[in-house]
Amino acid sequence: MTDPSRIGPATGDPADARGDGAMTQTDYQRVQDSPEFQDLRRRFRRFVFPMTAFFLVWYLTYVLLADYAHDFMSTQVWGTINVGLLMGLGQFVTTFAITMLYARWANKRQDPIANELRQRIEGRDIV
Amino acid sequence: MTATTESPQVVLAASEIGNPVVNIGIFLAFVAVTLVIVLRASRTNKTAADYYAGGRSFTGPQNGTAIAGDYLSAASFLGIVGAIAVNGYDGFLYSIGFLVAWLVALLLVAELLRNTGKFTMADVLSFRLRQRPVRMAAAITTLAVVFFYLLAQMAGAGGLVALLLGIDGSVGQGVVIAVVGALMILYVLVGGMKGTTWVQIIKAILLIAGAGVMTVWVLAKFGFNLSDVIQGAINTSGNPALAEPGARYGGSETSKLDFLSLALALVLGTAGLPHVLMRFYTVPTAKEARRSVVWAIWLIGIFYLFTLVLGYGAGALVGADTINAAPGGVNSAAPLLAFELGGEILLGIISAVAFATILAVVAGLTITAAASFAHDIYASVIKKGEIAPDGEVRVARITVVAIGFLAIIGGIFANGQNVAFLVALAFAVAASANLPTIIYSLFWKRFNTRGALWSMYGGLGSCIVLIAFSPVVSGKLNPDGTSASMIRNTGVDFAWFPLENPGLVTIPLAFLLGIVGTLTSKERPDLEKYAEMEVRSLTGAGSEKAVAPH
Repeated sequence: MTDPSRIGPATGDPADARGDGAMTQTDYQRVQDSPEFQDLRRRFRRFVFPMTAFFLVWYLTYVLLADYAHDFMSTQVWGTINVGLLMGLGQFVTTFAITMLYARWANKRQDPIANELRQRIEGRDIV
Repeated sequence: MTATTESPQVVLAASEIGNPVVNIGIFLAFVAVTLVIVLRASRTNKTAADYYAGGRSFTGPQNGTAIAGDYLSAASFLGIVGAIAVNGYDGFLYSIGFLVAWLVALLLVAELLRNTGKFTMADVLSFRLRQRPVRMAAAITTLAVVFFYLLAQMAGAGGLVALLLGIDGSVGQGVVIAVVGALMILYVLVGGMKGTTWVQIIKAILLIAGAGVMTVWVLAKFGFNLSDVIQGAINTSGNPALAEPGARYGGSETSKLDFLSLALALVLGTAGLPHVLMRFYTVPTAKEARRSVVWAIWLIGIFYLFTLVLGYGAGALVGADTINAAPGGVNSAAPLLAFELGGEILLGIISAVAFATILAVVAGLTITAAASFAHDIYASVIKKGEIAPDGEVRVARITVVAIGFLAIIGGIFANGQNVAFLVALAFAVAASANLPTIIYSLFWKRFNTRGALWSMYGGLGSCIVLIAFSPVVSGKLNPDGTSASMIRNTGVDFAWFPLENPGLVTIPLAFLLGIVGTLTSKERPDLEKYAEMEVRSLTGAGSEKAVAPH
């Protein structure tokens, strides 16, 4: 996506100026520019994008194996339990694990900063 | 369904399975209890936020349970258990796609959407783009998804009626579909989102508890050994491949591609389902939205683990031949298993739960469609925002009645189609028409109106065209020569698209159209709006607050 450093206010470049005056920034733009917010955003994307890529790749690997590698998936491990079934159950395990991991991470690492920023913005009463 | 249904066994007459009086009695008890709750909830329905979003006053766990109630549709319960019982492993794949999909909602969509929007998906999509065209497009795709999903639920109702009430004639089934539809209209009309949510919560608890009891029961019969349950299903069917992939989708290269297409639509569709997205507005904060999804993932995941056992259990204890031959076909696997285990009382309970499932899901779909029409099309596009909020709610209520009628008529028409399969089509439309635009508008600064319109209309249009010319609509034959398509006349065949699920083509196409549309448009991103959207989405500043309790 876009490089965070380039997301900036319209002030630097007069060509970007809107009708309401070149040098004015909304409060939201000021917050968007603040290091705290940039940091919050960067950490959010650094967590969710790789995680999304991971579970999608793992899911598609599983689907392609079930679709095109019948013999491998039918390899019996224990009784009638085969590799395919274990990998399917593995999808459940990773889904539960990612869910808990994300919830703990967001509660601990993101929420305090997000709350502080929110209070700062709402305190200024721009809504 | 590829399995032949010729069976040496005598076809069980519907009236021989269970006692219709018990079934109806238990169902009526459910209706009575939920009706009281809906009426109580409706007393505090005053504003649009009350009617559409339940006053934003539900807690995360409550909403998570309601999400599970909304999501675990007749397709999940009846369709997946039936598919596993008849096709074995391939039926299991549905549940995995349905579950993993929730990670997309959890990581990328739920919280950001809750922080940015108000009532509908269109609120978010049109936030920084040109309001009216984007709202219109989002409302149309919402209505399309809801329509497919509704059809699936109502079709399921028909099959269930056949099995449980001993009504074989299509006229009698039609009457019962109409009654189910009328009840649903009443719930949504009176209870709004609050009433709908409570119906979904109660139903989710009943469904998961019921499935849990049956699962333990099945496992107990096989010494708590999953391997033995599967072995039992293999023994009963005489088909050793039941534990292996490929029974349903392994036949040809086309069906393998079809499977891939389905898998893609399932995993990307959930986070684009408008009735799921709308549930995120019923909680007061993004943190509660996150808790909702965490609860929903646990409940839904555990339920799908149950369906694995129930599916193989039905295959072992009831048998695929009996299931295929029963009125209602594969959808009857779960009720038949209940009867096998616990006689007519358990069958009555499970049937009532299945009915309640249809009722709750249909109610959730209806309020979503009504909100989308009243809030997006009527208030924002037609009236350009100049309308009193109670006028909007009045229009929403009228829409509820109209959609209810449409659902009843559609349900009678779709009666007998495989339920899980119709839902898969709804997922394909959601994944193609909605998800790309949601992701782009949340994460891509440059994204603009043309990109949104191309992606939404392109995704929706390509889905509908490819479905219309697929074997789903015409030209698919059962092994015995009868038609397996929507058009029963085997002489009519205008299918040229080989896949039953269009997602493999339409999802990448819609993502691509979003990029091409954006890059070819001269419209510049609205930087102020983008800043507001981004800051709001991540911090929750300025987001819609809970309505104080009255």
